Amino acid sequence: MTDVLRPAVVDIDLGGPLVVPRLGGRRRRNHRWPPPPRAVRRAIGPVLVLALWQLASNLGLFSSIEVASPIAVFDAGRQLWEQGALQSNLVVSLRRVGEGLVLGVAAGVFLAVVSGLFHLGEDLLDPVLQAARAVPILGLVPLSIIWFGVGEAPKIFLIALGCAFPVYLNTYAGIRSVDVKLVEAGRTFGLNRWGLVRQVVLPGSLPGFLVGLRFAIVGSWLIIIVAEEINAQSGIGYLIMQAQTTDRTDIMFLGLVVYALLGLVADAIVRFLESRLLSWRRGFTGS
Amino acid sequence: MAVSATGVTRAFAGREVLKGLDLSIGRHQFVALLGRSGSGKSTLLRILGGLDDGYEGQVWVPAQRSVVFQESRLIPWQRVLPNVVIGLKATAGPGALRARAESALAEVGLADHARAWPVTLSGGEAQRVALARALVREPRLMLLDEPFGALDALTRTRMQSLLKDLCARREPAVLLVTHDVDEAILLADRVLVLVDGRITLDRAVAGAEPTALRSRLLEELGVVG
Repeated sequence: MTDVLRPAVVDIDLGGPLVVPRLGGRRRRNHRWPPPPRAVRRAIGPVLVLALWQLASNLGLFSSIEVASPIAVFDAGRQLWEQGALQSNLVVSLRRVGEGLVLGVAAGVFLAVVSGLFHLGEDLLDPVLQAARAVPILGLVPLSIIWFGVGEAPKIFLIALGCAFPVYLNTYAGIRSVDVKLVEAGRTFGLNRWGLVRQVVLPGSLPGFLVGLRFAIVGSWLIIIVAEEINAQSGIGYLIMQAQTTDRTDIMFLGLVVYALLGLVADAIVRFLESRLLSWRRGFTGS
Repeated sequence: MAVSATGVTRAFAGREVLKGLDLSIGRHQFVALLGRSGSGKSTLLRILGGLDDGYEGQVWVPAQRSVVFQESRLIPWQRVLPNVVIGLKATAGPGALRARAESALAEVGLADHARAWPVTLSGGEAQRVALARALVREPRLMLLDEPFGALDALTRTRMQSLLKDLCARREPAVLLVTHDVDEAILLADRVLVLVDGRITLDRAVAGAEPTALRSRLLEELGVVG
């Protein structure tokens, strides 16, 4: 069938003026001032909460014994800092967490590598570790005191144990998730077993390891709080317990704030590590 | 002779995929292997590449051989240049290896991508890096497993002419596994058809009338042309 070709451009009655395609339809009004930076906008919420808290305290809505006001917490912090008690207890807590973390992460990585790379290791280790991780670590506090006494050892032991499991699980999963096609390609291009482990398998498990590290850090703060509140003569947890005996809620809040800040700092460190170690994921060329 | 295989049989769970296959490929010869999915063509390539040793029969291949897979299989956490030289030992100092990799990248037109991360490459670029990784090993046998199968039509055409140039210059023996009849005729000196684990057609491309060869190949593949 021969047909007359239609013209490529057709007149359409649009029935109105043309608009620039833009979501929302209406144009935004020009701001006289540029909007504040995101960090400022995100700070508004927390600052508002603190302000309301302070206001409620000033109005007497909270009893000053049960809930210390933000200013009282800040004062308690300054006071303890001047006495040197805050720093010394902070250093003690940091040391415990640091030592436990190092031991636990090392153990977790070692176990993950053994059971990730060797079938025998997997068969021997994995069932034991999968069963053991179901044990709540804090349930071991009384046992750890019997085993290690009341010194530093039980606290470091509990933190190490608490860190080892998430690191093990996620690193092991990371090793197992490495694409077999990459391993096969590596082998055809002449990588030996050690080369495959070093260049393909371990770097491929790094994202999993970092997830595990994050869990480990969060968990280690949880464990140190409980461990120091139950059985310690120093540390931030001890500071909180001491404050309880004297009804100093300002110091108790201060301890919680310190823990929270440490948690945030630790998280920022892991995120920094991720951005450096996993730059290949988003393809930053780096500098 | 670059490949000599006689009586190659490979079975998976009792099902024979290759049935006493014989194949020889001469030095510098470019051979295309056509077959439908499941005909055993990738199995044969994997055996020749040393990725599968569960076969029976005799297989001789050069030690210096390399593979290009359908996916680039670049290691995502290594930049392009270390990917190209992966597994190679620096015999004449690290600088020499680097220079070789750079010239291989230049050959595939990616000289300025040496420091790029694989995620930033397009499909065609990644496949060119995979070609450079194969070339830098100065192979006497190149095994190509549908290397352009995942690329768009325009990129595939460019890659085909790049491959043709590279092979004309370097003269390795090539076994190209493909299901694209036109690609086979365009690139190869000799075309084989694999049906049910045996080579059922073996034709030289030079001197053959392309249209007739094409319909003969399609017929052998079970496509009425």
